This record gives sequence, structure tokens and C-alpha cells, in this order.
Amino acid sequence: MPEGLHESDVKNPVLRWVDQRLPVISMVQREYGTFPTPRNFNYFWNFGALAMISLAIMIATGVVLSMQYAANTGLAFDSVERIMRDVNYGWLLRYIHANGASMFFIVVYIHIWRNLFYGSYKTPRELLFMIGVVIFILMMATAFMGYVLPWGQMSFWGATVITNLFSAIPVVGNSIVTWLWGGFSVDNPTLNRFFSLHFLLPFVITGVVFLHITALHITGSNNPLGIEPKGPQDTIPFHPYYTSKDSIGIVVYLLVFALLVFFAPNMLGHPDNYIPANPLVTPAHIVPEWYFLPFYAILRAVPNKLGGVAMMGGALVVLFFLPWLDSSPVRSMRFRPIGKIAFLLFTANFFVLMWAGGKPAEQPYILIAQIATTYYFAYFLVILPLLAKFERPLTLPESISRAVLKHRGGGPLPAGATAKPMEKA
Amino acid sequence: MADVLASPPKTSPSEAGPRQADPVGTHHEEGPPRRDFLKLAAGSFAAVGVGVVAWPFITSMNPSADVLALASTEVELAPIAEGQAITAMWRGKPVFVRHRTAKEIEEARAVPQNRLIDPATDQSRVKPGKDQWLVVIGICTHLGCVPLGQKPTDNRGEYGGWFCPCHGSQYDTSGRVRHGPAPANLALPDYAFTSDTKIRIG
Repeated sequence: MPEGLHESDVKNPVLRWVDQRLPVISMVQREYGTFPTPRNFNYFWNFGALAMISLAIMIATGVVLSMQYAANTGLAFDSVERIMRDVNYGWLLRYIHANGASMFFIVVYIHIWRNLFYGSYKTPRELLFMIGVVIFILMMATAFMGYVLPWGQMSFWGATVITNLFSAIPVVGNSIVTWLWGGFSVDNPTLNRFFSLHFLLPFVITGVVFLHITALHITGSNNPLGIEPKGPQDTIPFHPYYTSKDSIGIVVYLLVFALLVFFAPNMLGHPDNYIPANPLVTPAHIVPEWYFLPFYAILRAVPNKLGGVAMMGGALVVLFFLPWLDSSPVRSMRFRPIGKIAFLLFTANFFVLMWAGGKPAEQPYILIAQIATTYYFAYFLVILPLLAKFERPLTLPESISRAVLKHRGGGPLPAGATAKPMEKA
Repeated sequence: MADVLASPPKTSPSEAGPRQADPVGTHHEEGPPRRDFLKLAAGSFAAVGVGVVAWPFITSMNPSADVLALASTEVELAPIAEGQAITAMWRGKPVFVRHRTAKEIEEARAVPQNRLIDPATDQSRVKPGKDQWLVVIGICTHLGCVPLGQKPTDNRGEYGGWFCPCHGSQYDTSGRVRHGPAPANLALPDYAFTSDTKIRIG
């Protein structure tokens, strides 16, 4: 072998030649083949893979849609209608793309929920978690700009309300908004740049996803017990165990996706967005897309402009501090009797915010949103720091394999499947 | 200067421990080593360069010349009867032109200043001698929705002016905010009467 080449285990001579010079095959084998993974994942651990699938679907449909779309205020609405009526399978591609955004957020919200419940954000995975929050914020920006592109009434007024959030910044706020718009109102320059950024950001997200995965493969995955694997008896190789488990999740995900696309493609949208944008008439009831509603509720719960915007931003920023706010050494809520209740209340409270955000800005919805906003912040800033001091957690199992074999040893098939790596060890 | 720039890579090709490994630095006991100065100077020049290059990219997103050129609009007032209002378009924004009744002017002037969120007299919001004409930008100062109240059948809120359907702000017959979350009164555009029945906005 000539010097300076990578040592490759690949048998096929052509692939081996490539792998010696660019060891991608070795890398995939190492990171997705033999990668030691905790043996006790439940189905909540499918959602990272599902988020990757969602991103791929959005980029694939988005690229072909952009070939038919015209980013001009005079043409945009009609070009979208043309996609729906005249372009071959345009209706399918657009409905996949529009509902794909919802599917992406459903998957990512469950992914974040799993993270919070099983304490995956705790050391040593703080940075992994923070990179994930960055992806979530980038997704929100991308989804918002994508929703503006059809140039319907909700597009226009959503863009107006959200860009005006920046006008709350003291002194420079109005200059920033004019700069964002490229004019004195949401208009053609705004639509053009939103299209450009909507195309760019998914690739930025892809880049940050690679950082997310790189960080994940340094620390390895957390697991439902929240204790680190102590040896080979606690792990199984990623392939074929979790490739097959993820495949089941993907089939279920695609089933739900297909149900939405083929039977209720407009369920999660707003009829007002089938009215062309009109800068002189605001719709009677402006509502953002469902995935923004909890944060929109927080915005409206505060009767002060700057305060509302700051609280809404704070609801996301507080996540960056979560690994240090929750200093309890126990990760999984399974072993935190009070933390578990507080977190399940937090989950319910998130749905209350989502519901209140979709209601008109009047009583009693404002009061409900205010109470729910208080609990949202109290969970992070008061409850978790206090519980870390005063909560008495249950006894943690000695190791993953101990816990798994005690609980899951009953059925003949799982016992056989999980026992093999144990014997090797 | 040329030999200073050229010599360090020759004498110390490794990045590790520049101070110890660098014979150029050890010649100068007093003051910070020359390498620190070079790093700082090169770093500052690079930062200035990045700023200069970034500026065209950033300003290209500000309003362009053609957007700025469409900056004035004329409005004929004669067809607007007392109590009526029209919406003109200026810089892509709605401008409310309202022909106020004597009662509406009276209501606007009777309010004590300390009851206002953003205190301003009614006189300061109209042109002298043209008290009946209120001209305001029809954009809620909260998050930019267009308030209702241009048609007599619209919900005008408790104060007879405008009501914003998005987040519930209310304005009076002088366009002043009377109920939050909006923080400020409806903005006044630059405008002038070119004749008794005509204004030019912008």
C-alpha cells in the first residue's frame, strides 16, 4: 500500500480504492454501522432520524417548487395557483411542502419533548442541546419566510406583524424594520429577499444538523434511563438494531404525512391565505401557523410592546440556559417524582398556550395566556433550580443492562435479541 | 519591515509556543513582543477590511432609489363629506384622511393630557385653521396592522376613532392611542395643503 493512505477494511477493490483516499465508507460504517448505542431506546428516539427525513423532503419538494414560483408581488399569488392547477403534480408537491412544514415541526417538538423529559440536555450534552435550539430557531425563521411566499392575506399580514416585532427595539428599531423591508412597508423587495433567504436557510440548517450529529457522536446518545452505558453489555450496534427500529418509525411517519396530504391538505392552513395580499385591509383575525401559536400567545399576554417581544424572545433564549438552570444530577424524569409532575404540567401548559394563541386578543383568553406564560417561565427559572436542591430522586438502576433484563426479559423474542451482545461481552 | 514579515515563518515554522520558540521575540526584552504587534495590526486591518466589504451587502438591503422616488402622493379633499374618511396610499402604506365633525374635534380636545398614553394635544396633530382634517398613517403602532374605523359601520372602539383588530389597540378621534398594547399615537405623515381642498403627502 502506498504511504499516506487510510487503512480500509472494505473488500470490494473499487470501493476500497476510494475509501483509502476518502474514508467515507469507513466513516459511515463507524458512525452508523458499528456505532455503540444504548440498548434501551424507546420510540421517542426515532424523532431525530424523522427530523432528518423531514428536512430532506422539504429540500427536495422546495427545489422543484422554486422552479415554478415567481417571487414578485404581481406574480407570486398567481404562480402558486398555477402550481396548483397547471403544473404536473404541482398540487402534490405543494401540499407535501406545506404539510411537510407541519410534519417537521410536529417531529421536532416531540424530539425536544423527549430531550426535556429524559434530561438529554444535561452534561455532557449541553452544546449538543444548544445547537439543537439553534436549529429550531432557524427552522422558525425558514417556515415564517416560506409562509410569506404565496402572497396571500395571511402571508402579507403575518410578515407585517412579525417584522414589526423588531420595531420594539429602542432607538434603532424603526431603521432595522425599514432595512428588513427594503422599503416603507412589506412590499416587493421584502418578498424577493424572503424568497432568497427561504432558499438559503435550509442549507444552513443542513450544516448545523451536521454539527448536531457530530456533537452527538462524541458524547453518544442519552437513553430513557438517563444513565451512561458502562460497557459493551449496555450497548448494541446502531445497525441493524436501530436502523430497523427507525424504519418502523419512518413508515408510521409517512402514513400520517400521507393522511394529511391526501385527506386534509388545508386543515392546518388558513382560508384567508387564498385571498391575494391587500396592504389596505387587515384580516379580522390574524393567526400565525399552529407551530408558532405558543410563542404568539406569550407575545400577546404582555400588554406592553417591548415587554411582549422580549418575553417571546426570552421563551426561546431561556432554553440555552436550561443545562445550567436544571442542576439536578438525575437526567431522566422517570426517577424524579416531583420533576415529572412539573414537566407534565409544563407540557399541558404548552398546549394551553397554543390554544390561547389561536384565540382573539380578548378576555378571558388574555388572562389564561398570562397564567400559562407565568408557568412557562416559572418551570425553567424557579421550579427546576429549586427541585435540583430539594427533590429526592428515586434510586437509579445499577446499569442499563440490569434494568433492561429485569423489565424486558419476559418475552422470548426480545430476550433472545438483546442477549446476544451481552454474551459477546 | 519586509524582513520582519518574512523572517518568522523561516525561523519558527511551528505554531506551538510562539514566544519560546520564536528567536525574533526573544531579542526584544522590553515591551510586548513584535509578533504580538504584528498579530494585532494584521487583525485590526482584517477587521476593518471585513467591515468595508460587508457594508455594500448590508446597505443593498435598504430602500433603493426607485423605492425612495415614489415618495409623495396628492389627495383631493373636496369630495370627502363631513364625518367621512378616505384611505390614500403613500409609500405602500395606508394614510387615513378624516373629515372630522365638530363633535369629534370637541371630544378630542376635551381629554385631559394626563389620561393619554402618549400625550399630545389635538392642535399639534392637525394643521392650524384646518382642524376638521385629520391626516394620519393608518398603521397601528403596535405591530403594523391597519386599524378599523374608516367606514361608519366599522368598530371604532370606545373612543370613536379606530380599533385595531389584531391585538385590540384603540385610538381616539385625534388618532391618539387610548388603550394598549400600542405604545404610540398613529404617526403623522409629512404633508402640506397645496390649496384649500388639496394636500400633498410626502
